[in-house]
Amino acid sequence: MSAFTALLSRDLRLAARSGGGAALALGFFALVATLVPLGIGADLNLLSRVAGGVLWVAALLAALLSLDRLFQGDFEDGSLDVIALSPLPLESVSLAKILAHWLSTGLPLTVLSPLLALLFNLPASATLVLFVSLLIGTPAVSAVGAIGASLTLSLRRGGLILPLIVLPLLTPAVIFGAGSVAAKMDGMAPSGGLALLAAFAVAACLLSPFAAAGAVRLNLTN
Amino acid sequence: MNILYRYANPREFMRLSGALLPFTAAAAVLAILAGLVMGFSVPPDYQQGMTVTIMFIHVPAAIVAEGTYALIAVLSLFSLVWRHPLSDVAARAAAPLGALFTALGLVTGSLWGRPMWGTYWVWDARLTSFLLLLFLYLGYMALWNAIEDEIRAARACAILALIGAVNLPIIVYSVEWWNTLHQGESIISGKLAPVFLWPLLVMMAGYGLLFLTLWMIRIRTEILNRRSRTLMLGGA
Amino acid sequence: MITSLTAEKLTCVRGERTLFAGLSFHVAAGQALALEGANGAGKTSLLRLIAGFLAPRAGRLVLKTTQGQSDDNEERGRLIGWLGHQDGLKPQLTVMEQLIFFAALYGSAAGCDAALEEVGLARQKDFPCRYLSAGQKRRLALARLMISKRDLWLLDEPFAALDRDGQALMARQMTRHCGQGGLIIAATHEPLGLANASLQL
Repeated sequence: MSAFTALLSRDLRLAARSGGGAALALGFFALVATLVPLGIGADLNLLSRVAGGVLWVAALLAALLSLDRLFQGDFEDGSLDVIALSPLPLESVSLAKILAHWLSTGLPLTVLSPLLALLFNLPASATLVLFVSLLIGTPAVSAVGAIGASLTLSLRRGGLILPLIVLPLLTPAVIFGAGSVAAKMDGMAPSGGLALLAAFAVAACLLSPFAAAGAVRLNLTN
Repeated sequence: MNILYRYANPREFMRLSGALLPFTAAAAVLAILAGLVMGFSVPPDYQQGMTVTIMFIHVPAAIVAEGTYALIAVLSLFSLVWRHPLSDVAARAAAPLGALFTALGLVTGSLWGRPMWGTYWVWDARLTSFLLLLFLYLGYMALWNAIEDEIRAARACAILALIGAVNLPIIVYSVEWWNTLHQGESIISGKLAPVFLWPLLVMMAGYGLLFLTLWMIRIRTEILNRRSRTLMLGGA
Repeated sequence: MITSLTAEKLTCVRGERTLFAGLSFHVAAGQALALEGANGAGKTSLLRLIAGFLAPRAGRLVLKTTQGQSDDNEERGRLIGWLGHQDGLKPQLTVMEQLIFFAALYGSAAGCDAALEEVGLARQKDFPCRYLSAGQKRRLALARLMISKRDLWLLDEPFAALDRDGQALMARQMTRHCGQGGLIIAATHEPLGLANASLQL
């Protein structure tokens, strides 16, 4: 087992054993998707038009829930010191954690989304676009979120600041992702938005391990 | 590089800023007053009437707001790469000013649009990007306040500012893309007649000087604060 | 293989306080150094400095190995086995899972069973770490240290939370480590039980 795989599988195991892993995020996702129609009315026409945006925002918020613990747990119990001294560079450590977060949060959210799209009367073709957009976009959420998580890992109340820092940085993902669904609904090709989303996601995943590693190093001076 | 390091010394900075402050303050007040007078003496725009004068308050605020973020990004680079000692203080001092100018830009932009749109807010691409810029500032300030250790707070915020600076063009682009997708309203833009240009430039100079004045005051205050803290801890 | 670690006039500043200045020491292979001093004197900071987490305000650390010498933080970090204040254990993982994770992270997953035997946790290998006592957790952390096969051991209060048998175990392992040519730098309130030099902070 390589060091990277060891860290990845440990984090996945921890996610599964702490409060049911993806269950919390999925529950939140479903709850928000339920609350919105309660808030804006059950007009299926209206709901299908707002579905892309609402579900994207809900998925984004659900993915954020577990982000603040990404590095904080290891920081608080001293594991981070031991991990930092291992042969695995901190950049790889960050990448492993981003991947673990996506597998345990972003991916399950993506899989649930078609079911929630039903609640919003979203047509099948648009649902497919939603699914693909979440599949491409949730890794970006984990990646950018990891930067916020590493910057705030030493904060007790970091959980409140994390969304404030991370959400503005993720607006392109929401715009391109939900925009693709809206384009499809308007009869246009969603490929433009999806391509932009993919570019954003690739850039985020490439850059953020370095930024996160830098922030972790900064916090290790504690 | 040497010239920068000369003024990295707090004492040098205090000396220089002390000498400059009265001039920049006076110049700022004069420029803004002149700009306002020039602005109000401009003939009413046939489309927007007198409300176009809001532009003279809005546009410079917007430019200073965006410029300040770029400034903070550059200072952050200095802080992280070259460990320039005053850049932390300078960046921290600049942030609330940037936020204030952004808020000013939002309010004046909204007031400017009211006569045209009939509402106080439309999701115009520029205003929306501005709103996001305000959040970037708030996040930056919140992070700084949350981290107790000064040096770590400065470094963490430097990382955040650089990430924000890289992301900002992407955010602006995505908002424009979004705007074309949903066919939103936009603040009428176009060629500016020369009669508009001069008051605008004067106001921009005035705002820039105002920013510089307030910024220097804030940096000086921070340096004095640190001195008194060191005295307090050392003398105790 | 490390031959020696030399500190030259280290100065450490945390926040606005200077913890120590002009500190120098030398530890050769097979030797141990005990860091002594009151709480807050900077023992943990010095350990973190050696580990490369902190940068000194002045001075440097020179590491000599059979391959050459270096004062680079990252390179030094790859040769360090760390036993900090905290044990670095997750309550939800079992003893064996925890050890295998660290072993794989540090290069090889072999030898976990033997290590658990050595520290007396073989019977508990499938217990989740939340059911271990403080002393047992410390033993597990020791097993992790042994299995990492690092030359320079940095220990922060190695005997804390251990009962008499645990302390004897720790002393045995430390003696063995030095006997095999390893180096130990330990912050401690108690005598290490080895022939060692002392540094007062």
